[in-house]
Amino acid sequence: MKDLILRIYDIYQFMLRFFREAFIPPYEYKEVLNQFYEVGIRSLAIITLTGFITGLVFTKQSRSSLAEFGATSWLPSLMAIAIIRALAPLVTALIIAGKVGSNIGAELGSMKVTEQIEAMEVSSTNPFKFLVVSRILATTCIVPVLASYMGFVAMMGAYLNVYRNEQTSFTSFFQQAFMKISFFDIWTLVFKSLVYGFTIGMAGSFNGYNASQGTVGVGRAANTSVVVSMFLIFVEEMIIVQVQNSFRF
Amino acid sequence: MHPGIDRGNAVVSLRSVKKAFGSLQVLKGIDLDVWKGENIVILGRSGSGKSVLIKIIAGLLKPDQGTVNVLGKEIDRLDPHELRELRTRIGFSFQSSALYDGMNVRDNLEFPLVRNKRHLSRKEIDQAIAKVLDDVGLSQTIRQMPSELSGGQKKRIGIARTLILQPEIMLYDEPTAGLDPVTSGDINDLINEVQQRYNTSAVIITHDLTCAKTTGDRVVMLSEGCFLRQGSFGDVFDSDDPRIKNFYTYNFISDS
Repeated sequence: MKDLILRIYDIYQFMLRFFREAFIPPYEYKEVLNQFYEVGIRSLAIITLTGFITGLVFTKQSRSSLAEFGATSWLPSLMAIAIIRALAPLVTALIIAGKVGSNIGAELGSMKVTEQIEAMEVSSTNPFKFLVVSRILATTCIVPVLASYMGFVAMMGAYLNVYRNEQTSFTSFFQQAFMKISFFDIWTLVFKSLVYGFTIGMAGSFNGYNASQGTVGVGRAANTSVVVSMFLIFVEEMIIVQVQNSFRF
Repeated sequence: MHPGIDRGNAVVSLRSVKKAFGSLQVLKGIDLDVWKGENIVILGRSGSGKSVLIKIIAGLLKPDQGTVNVLGKEIDRLDPHELRELRTRIGFSFQSSALYDGMNVRDNLEFPLVRNKRHLSRKEIDQAIAKVLDDVGLSQTIRQMPSELSGGQKKRIGIARTLILQPEIMLYDEPTAGLDPVTSGDINDLINEVQQRYNTSAVIITHDLTCAKTTGDRVVMLSEGCFLRQGSFGDVFDSDDPRIKNFYTYNFISDS
């Protein structure tokens, strides 16, 4: 219990330090851009593929239930609600937690145990700013972009299934889809993704930056980063949906 | 003894330095002066507190008690900005070399330079990199990644990365650990060359007697957190203390 409280205190201190260092110059622009590339561009392929499959399969699975009531015409609206409100931010965050979160944990962990972080410190560079701030900023800023992109790709997957079965036109599909989507839903997607991105960056950086015990510690840091960020993402999803619904009704 | 040693001008001064980790007392009241231009070797067995001592000098660890004065500044009273400024005058060569895995040799050398000497032009940066690589005899490795270098080459590039800021003090943590005798000899020669060419003072942490004999103007024997004896290499080992005798004998056996 004492260890848990100390751990939470350490995380709190780590988060405070992030906010302090993020706004004080000098800024590591080059490294932040580099991390934008690592998190964003390098995740595009997997986000495209999983987004398209999610939209396609989810539509296919929903079709039979709606067909029983002769309500397949509701598919575009149903898919838009499911994808924009829940699937796009959640699936994107889980993929990025697995791909990028583990990478941050392992990379910073191995830098810690091989003294590279201390080497940065003694060469008068602030390793926290260079390594941690840049990575958390990148995940926080890029996950909303990727989630929006995944939303679009998943809708394309859904459209493909609807077009194959009902020959609905592209314009008609998206008109029906966005009839049930409000600006509030889009805003919530962006807000959720910001929170998830920050969580992924924080979990990966905290575990990696505080890794110890050699290669075992590196593996543990990567693993803990993924498990903790996925767990927190689901908890945050639950809280945000509750708050979102209280605003909606 | 190196002729350029300025006795009376201490670049590092430790007084009653103590450090513990939990219940384990690692340093039990260390007093030490490192003179300008001097290479001082701190010898000791694994776990004797050598690496803790060098990290305290670099400001990576804070002592529990005592004062640490480096280049006229009390290191534990400096704010982070002042500490970073002071560190530009201190070079630290790590036991593991600590080269940045994701960067090639050139980027490793450029990293401290562009952050601490922002006024330098691209041409001046290229010249500085070429000079330190030439000084450590590894100009041909400029495009290589750390994973493509041998253990000895990594040590040399690690030293070059510290030399690029032209430090006044060099801190070497086990510079010959894990190297074969020939490569160790090359590193020892490089440490002496650095002292002469860059006019540095150095603290060298090692358990390698050849390294101590070759590079040290003065040798200090550390055991269980205390200094047992100091002086020239011959003076230190001309002792009846069983701990010093054992250290010498086991080192001799393991080297032969």
